Amino acid sequence: MITINNVHKKFGNLEVLKGIDLKIKKGEVVCVIGSSGSGKSTLLRCMNTLESVTSGTILIDGKRLDDQTTKDIGMVFQRFNLFAHLTVLENIMLAPMVVKGESKDELRENAINLLRKVGLEQKSSAYPNQLSGGQQQRVAIARALAMAPKIMLFDEPTSSLDPELVGEVLEVMKALAEEGMTMLIATHEMEFAREVSDRVIFLDGGVIVEDGAPEEIFENPKHERTKAFLNRMRKSG
Amino acid sequence: MDDQILRLVGILTDSFIPLLKAGLLFTVPLALISFALGLTLAFLTALARISSSKVLQSIARFYVWLIRGTPLLVQLFIIFYGLPAIGVTLSAFPSAVIGFTLNVGAYNSETIRAAIQSIDRGQWEASKALGLTRGKALRYVVLPQALRVAIPPLSNSFVGLVKDTSLAAAITVTEMFQVAQQITARTYEPLLLYTEAAFIYLIFCSVLTHLQGKLEVYSSRHLTS
Repeated sequence: MITINNVHKKFGNLEVLKGIDLKIKKGEVVCVIGSSGSGKSTLLRCMNTLESVTSGTILIDGKRLDDQTTKDIGMVFQRFNLFAHLTVLENIMLAPMVVKGESKDELRENAINLLRKVGLEQKSSAYPNQLSGGQQQRVAIARALAMAPKIMLFDEPTSSLDPELVGEVLEVMKALAEEGMTMLIATHEMEFAREVSDRVIFLDGGVIVEDGAPEEIFENPKHERTKAFLNRMRKSG
Repeated sequence: MDDQILRLVGILTDSFIPLLKAGLLFTVPLALISFALGLTLAFLTALARISSSKVLQSIARFYVWLIRGTPLLVQLFIIFYGLPAIGVTLSAFPSAVIGFTLNVGAYNSETIRAAIQSIDRGQWEASKALGLTRGKALRYVVLPQALRVAIPPLSNSFVGLVKDTSLAAAITVTEMFQVAQQITARTYEPLLLYTEAAFIYLIFCSVLTHLQGKLEVYSSRHLTS
């Protein structure tokens, strides 16, 4: 479903991605781990045209990324980025309304269903700043799902949350994974990665160092760099 | 002594209606029309400033530089008294509208640009990730939020404009201050007449400030928890 061929990304002289090759199948849940600055976010942002690649190709169902294909890709950001001037329900309805031109009545029902799915139907008329971080992130997930994407990208979705709010967001993501959504998740939540993902990718210095089943990566990492990273994570966690 | 007071009260009451009439027929329309046109110009100029086109950016910067760097009164004189020399003859009211519009456009383009740029990048990125084009992101996501930031300085500018319309008296527009001058020439009571005119300006501006307060509360409704 997703084919990434030899993708490089430079910001000025700084090369952040140094030749990424990656294939992701439909329904696969892939977690990308690695320290800050390893290129996780940049990789995700390239897949959604928020950054343009310097060289290489990204294909979705065999097609190059453009405005059409990016509509099939939903994205959840570290800092939620909910539309501050709109209510929860309006946040979810805006994109289908102005991008797809769907009618408000149909959308409202769909939006309420999505809110129920993330457990926030009672917050439909609240504004983002009246919600906790965890609630905002769950709304952001519902907002992305409203465009009926085939792929969901999560850019460190729990990294700016208070520890006690992480669980509620991961629960929603777990449910989504169980429904068969194709997901690519940049995360520092090792337990979650182990439990939910079909594959784990360890990114370091702009290259994929290791790519395998979660048990393999976490129990039996092949590379020194992976071992060192996991040790650091265990100590800090 | 009593006669003198009666005379002054008479001048005051006789002049109030003509002054108010000039205010409502010329001052207010001049301000409203110029502000509406000026805001449109300001918005386009702000878009040019944040566009990726170097040419558009330069044109916008040149326009703002030119208008901000020259006195409004001088601009009005150039338009009304100067342009006929090259065959462009405009009557007083349109000349005033053009002068004020150019000023509103230049000053407020910076306000609007700053307001748009004050909105977090994440709002643009989330819009793009959801498939909104740049134009739609601007219209549905960024501008509504930028407007809240821009309302206080824009209102300030509008109040300033209402008072600046008195400069149009110098190019023969019969707005409120011009009428005050005419009555003064007849009655020789400058203190009385100009104070009265000032008082009516004060009423106009007070009403505007009150409206601004309401607009601000409305545009900030998503921030009250």
